[in-house]
Amino acid sequence: MKTRYSFGGDEHIFVEVDEEMSLEAFFKSLSMTTAIREAGIDGITEICPANASFQVKFDPDVIAPEALMERLKGFEAAAENAEKTIDTRIIEMPVFYNDPWTHETLMRFRERHQDPASTDLEYAARINNYPDVESFIAAHSGAPWFVSMVGFVAGLPFTYQLVERARQIQVPKYLRPRTDTPRLTVGYGGCFGCVYSVRGAGGYQMFGITPMPIYDPKGERSYLKELFLFRPGDIIRFKPIDRETYDATLAEVEAGRYEPKIASVQFSLDAFNADPEGNNAKLLEALDG
Amino acid sequence: MADAAAMFEVVKPGLATTVQDLGRPGYYHLGLPISGAMDRFALIAANRLVGNPDGAAGLEAVFLGPVLRFVADAVIAITGATMPPKLDGVEQPLWTAFAASAGQELSFGYLKAGARAYIAIAGGIDVPEVHGSRSTYALGGLGGFEGRALKAGDQVKFAAPTGSPRLGATIPEDIRRNAPQSGTVLRAMPGLYWHRITEESQGTFFEDSWKVAPEADRIGYRFKGGRALDFVPREPPFGAGSDPSNIVDSCYPYGSIQGPGGTEPIVLHRDAVSGGGYFMVGTVISADMDLIGQLQPHQPVRFESIDMEGALAARRDEKARLNRLAECLGS
Repeated sequence: MKTRYSFGGDEHIFVEVDEEMSLEAFFKSLSMTTAIREAGIDGITEICPANASFQVKFDPDVIAPEALMERLKGFEAAAENAEKTIDTRIIEMPVFYNDPWTHETLMRFRERHQDPASTDLEYAARINNYPDVESFIAAHSGAPWFVSMVGFVAGLPFTYQLVERARQIQVPKYLRPRTDTPRLTVGYGGCFGCVYSVRGAGGYQMFGITPMPIYDPKGERSYLKELFLFRPGDIIRFKPIDRETYDATLAEVEAGRYEPKIASVQFSLDAFNADPEGNNAKLLEALDG
Repeated sequence: MADAAAMFEVVKPGLATTVQDLGRPGYYHLGLPISGAMDRFALIAANRLVGNPDGAAGLEAVFLGPVLRFVADAVIAITGATMPPKLDGVEQPLWTAFAASAGQELSFGYLKAGARAYIAIAGGIDVPEVHGSRSTYALGGLGGFEGRALKAGDQVKFAAPTGSPRLGATIPEDIRRNAPQSGTVLRAMPGLYWHRITEESQGTFFEDSWKVAPEADRIGYRFKGGRALDFVPREPPFGAGSDPSNIVDSCYPYGSIQGPGGTEPIVLHRDAVSGGGYFMVGTVISADMDLIGQLQPHQPVRFESIDMEGALAARRDEKARLNRLAECLGS
């Protein structure tokens, strides 16, 4: 893991913890951003963690860029040795896979896809060596996901599945981005999943849709008073649901009665690495218990 | 009593007229960009002319101005793009505070230079603050007037003035700014994923003349016409994706210049997408961000390489210009 520092103009410092994605890189980035936040350095205006990198925005009238760069580098060694354990939440997200709305959308943009003759799910299942869509969905929903970054647009979580690298799903993005994606589409690109918080352009493959809003610009929903549901470090479980459950859940959402299922958990990277499946089972127990 | 009617009605909305102030910092880590006026200097100037604090909310009108009917008396000032304002058809000066009476209609002539006009009203536009700002973030349907650009029939309130408008006060020509029709230079610091392109492409990027593409909005400005960028060969890192322009999705600095496929660079602006999977060659310096907001499609632009020292000097020049603004308005 080789960490690289660069100025993003006169107001940003960009830190690439590692060129490739891994939970180790994510944890190092999270440790550094947490330590930097706690240090309360004058002149830092925003700290944005990402998958395997992070960005600090600063006011160069308050702190000299070179001086800040040196200070940030000073957090690296401690982050490498920091305990990779966080207190976080696991959130259940119901997903209607293979739904009619993302299907209609993906058919409209077929000429922008690598394989116009398949659906996004069929294509993803095939190139990841699953015999059929059902077994692919079972793998997608079978292990929980880490929210490794929130961004692109307001409140959109990037997710990284808690499985060994050999089992990571990988899918290229569309050849050319779509101009439309239904709101709350569950998508996939590279080694990352995402949930589109708003309707709009997008390049990720589309696997399904959730009835559970994750962003509320008016802050009216009980669990979205702060507008956004997800924060980096959250854990998500995708729970497959059928059309009937989707419709029933949506009715609850529209009546303002829906509350997501959320439990507090602790996640330790070492414990996960020692026994991924056992560790995941414990995380899921917290939701079901 | 007067307050209840302190509003204007939108007769025609223009192309994309939004409520903007100086933005909503602090939520970029959750994907919510800063938003606010693309040309901050112009909004500040307009606000000072009508006696508002710098951060009062005004209107940003792009390419085509709106038609507004005032329901109450108001003092207004229009800055930024050269889009001549008219009251009941009579042309009014730009960069100058003037009075509009209840019942009068504010409209605009054709755009002559620049791209975005700023309309400040004494008291400021009165829409609810969301996370500390009245700016519109249309992509997320947040802030501003119902989270969107204005539409015909909207009734938009403005607050009671707190300062003293400087009726007739005007801002001297030499500190007004518009993007020149030719020879616009955007200064950028190479960095971020600059090492991903070949030495030759590092040269052509700054040598070539680029043109603003039609896809230019508050999220970002796309440029075309320069030579495509060539990449240094590599094994794609895990999670980055197979295209040589892909990276493991990271944050995007404001002003960062990304190059999907290495072809048409995009400079992210106030409504930036906060992150994604495209490499970036560097970042336009903060002092030149306002200028981008005044660029029209097809306008020729060159990028010029600058180091940190130069960027900080340019920043001081911008501060000096704001100070001169204060001096000439006696504030």
